[in-house]
Amino acid sequence: MTSTPAPPPRNRLLPVVTQILLGLGTLAITLLGLLLITFVIARVVPTDPVLSIVGERATEAQIAAIREKLGLDLPLWQQFFIYVWDAMRGDLGTSIKTGAPVASEIARYFPATLELATLGTIFGTLVGVPAGVLAATRPGSIADQIVRVVGLMGYSMPVFWLGLIGLLVFYGQLDWVSGPGRLDPTYDMMMEFTLTSYTGMILIDSALNGAWDVFGNAVSHIILPAGLLGYVSMAYISRMTRSFMMNELGQEYITTARVKGMPEWRVVWVHAMKNVAVPLITVIALSYAYLLEGSVLTETIFAWPGLGSYITDALFSADMPAVLGGTVVVGVVFVTLNMASDILYRLVDPRART
Amino acid sequence: MHLKHGFGRAAALAALMAGTAPMALMAETPADTLVVADAIDDIVSIDPHEAFEFSGVDLNNNTYDTLIELDPTKPGELVPGLAESWSVADDGMTYTFKIKSGITFSSGNPLTAEDAAGSLRRVVKLNKTPAFILTQFGLTPENVDQMITFEGDTVTLKTDKAYAPSFVYNCLTAGVANIVDMKTVMANEAEGDMGNAWLKANSAGTGAYVLRSFKPNEGYVLEARTGHWRGDAKIKNVFMQHVPEGATQRLLLEKGDIDIGRELTPTDIAGFEGNADIKVQNDVGGQVYYLALNQKKAELANPKVQEAMRWAVDYVGMTDSILKGQWVVHQAFLPQGFLGALTETPYSLDVEKAKALMAESGVTLPLEVKFTVRNNQERLDIATSLQNTFAQIGVNLVLDVGDGAQGLEVYRGRTHEITLQTWGPDYPDPHTNASTFAMNPDNSDEAGNTGYLAWRTAWEPGELHAMTEAAVVEKDTEKRKAMYEEIQRKHRDNSAFVMMFQQARQDAVRANVAGFYAGGATDSASYWTVTK
Repeated sequence: MTSTPAPPPRNRLLPVVTQILLGLGTLAITLLGLLLITFVIARVVPTDPVLSIVGERATEAQIAAIREKLGLDLPLWQQFFIYVWDAMRGDLGTSIKTGAPVASEIARYFPATLELATLGTIFGTLVGVPAGVLAATRPGSIADQIVRVVGLMGYSMPVFWLGLIGLLVFYGQLDWVSGPGRLDPTYDMMMEFTLTSYTGMILIDSALNGAWDVFGNAVSHIILPAGLLGYVSMAYISRMTRSFMMNELGQEYITTARVKGMPEWRVVWVHAMKNVAVPLITVIALSYAYLLEGSVLTETIFAWPGLGSYITDALFSADMPAVLGGTVVVGVVFVTLNMASDILYRLVDPRART
Repeated sequence: MHLKHGFGRAAALAALMAGTAPMALMAETPADTLVVADAIDDIVSIDPHEAFEFSGVDLNNNTYDTLIELDPTKPGELVPGLAESWSVADDGMTYTFKIKSGITFSSGNPLTAEDAAGSLRRVVKLNKTPAFILTQFGLTPENVDQMITFEGDTVTLKTDKAYAPSFVYNCLTAGVANIVDMKTVMANEAEGDMGNAWLKANSAGTGAYVLRSFKPNEGYVLEARTGHWRGDAKIKNVFMQHVPEGATQRLLLEKGDIDIGRELTPTDIAGFEGNADIKVQNDVGGQVYYLALNQKKAELANPKVQEAMRWAVDYVGMTDSILKGQWVVHQAFLPQGFLGALTETPYSLDVEKAKALMAESGVTLPLEVKFTVRNNQERLDIATSLQNTFAQIGVNLVLDVGDGAQGLEVYRGRTHEITLQTWGPDYPDPHTNASTFAMNPDNSDEAGNTGYLAWRTAWEPGELHAMTEAAVVEKDTEKRKAMYEEIQRKHRDNSAFVMMFQQARQDAVRANVAGFYAGGATDSASYWTVTK
């Protein structure tokens, strides 16, 4: 008897590597397109960046001098080329308003947003997925209705209002959490002058320093805004989970599993969830990316110095290098999360590996 | 340290969630610490020779000093700062300042005349936005080393012509004339920037406080210096937190987590009524609200139409409602607090009188006018009120709404018809506003004199131009004051401007805070005067 030779072992990592390379290519093209569009929009809006910076007092000569200094007198394509060339070398330019490098400004604002968005997404996922599953497994039940109403509220209530009410109730009345800002002033001083900053994220940095009182204070400050963002993302995640799960529970393999006498929790959480996880990863990644852009209103209410306020402030002062820098970061976040979710697909779903 | 703000807080929260009743925790900031909340995202730079925004100048007022200062209790009067005495020579162009001895910078370096001269030279050489306050005396980067000199403990400043001494002195009280520690600043020079980059994150002054930390759009920390020449500040640490939202500030203030809230809306202020823990401090600011009527539109150049419009503004109606606590009726271009500022307000809403004037004007009614307004709630509220009252006299205002820079472009390009604008003085001398509202050396389009508001609205000020030029060189301060009063009256009653309001400020402070001085129209916030 001759046996057919075994096929050479397939390198399971190869498609993943190819995917990463492809992703990097996509990243580059996406960013280039993103920059080009932002650049063009910035130049066609009727706001003169120089005028909005030098203000009322500047003479025509001063305005011309600044325009020349900033390179705004060059042809648009040339300005774009210079910008892309610098950006490729990690130089996102200098903020017109503050004169500081945009990269260093973003490095200061982004960790605040990252910390908040990550925590928000964790909250949103931990509550949203089980809530969605619960609603899907008991359609029409009271539990389903509650999830629906709570989700709808998260969708439809203005974040600004929710934030203010949250502050009024949990900080103002109940005194459960600390007020706006990332830390109390005294802890802020401690964080800045006596502790080492590794990541710019206070929770991580204070923990790494073993400064548990600072950590505790940071928790008491972040819990409300993160909870609020978590609620908004939970509303989205729970609705999507419900819909994916309902669809999956109607499939034949689920009926087969049930007929075979498999416990219901196993049917739902193991068999169905395996398939639900694939689109759900995209949903969670998108929701995370959305929070990472920085929620301007939440940041304003909670005096949170994040990326959203940075970009908005830059937009209002027509500070184009800052706007473009912020756009690049948001673009990188989106593409990276997309790539990450694609890779996760492949790890979760073997069919996608081929 | 309060349990509320430490790890115990999280523990308390956990305990509460587990069903334990919460402890009654009351926050209060430490006695030697002042926590202030304000919107400080206007700061572009905190280098005193570049800072020109309110929040940055407020900060610098506490970390730096000028040679001479304005007496906050007596408008227009000067008191010694870092100079113990000053005088002007008979030629009216040579000023000398004797520097006080024994004063040190936060670095420990002693203050010298060299620092004072070097600082004023630095302003001119750096030539940042507020530099014109000094360069208007004929100082240029090329001549400044000869025009500003020092010897021993004396600094000499030469001007290009004989200005009113009060004009020169008032300009030297402005933030741009703050004296910096030149040795420290120059030791931190990078690429020939005279320490500009370094001073954007550090302070090097003789002020009551030293900057410990500055995070743009987040806040700053000031620490009191010991052995300060004014006497040590009672408040050892000042924390400024950037809290842009008024409602958030109100909550923080009510909870006792901040001592002073500086960006509160009239609604927030009204919410403090009956709250014994919070006091509201009223002050004025330097901004004025006005209408500019473009004289290129023939109907708007008609004096009867201009007068009619002055009687068609519901001044009191607006300050009692939409502008309550934020603006007060003020009908002159010099804000209260300035030398010679007029306080009289002869105009009020009188539709019948305005109608009669419109009829006399011979203008065909209804008159349709484009009204350029910045897209901001307060301005739109004012615009709505004006639309309503102007319509009653036959003037239909057609709103042209855009962002601040857009509106400015229209105004500077002289393409508006009527525009609603504010103006804030650049330095604490009447010439700052007189020169822009009542002077226009060349009214032609080609002149491009955008620095003159009179030019922007294509108005030829006639005799007021010469009167303003005379006032800025008048040596007798009392006479000078009278001259500005006359200029303002003529301007108020016969110009292309309708002067309406002056900024009012309302800061809310905790009841245990005393001595906070917000600075009025001519000065900035002082923390060293505060006690708790």
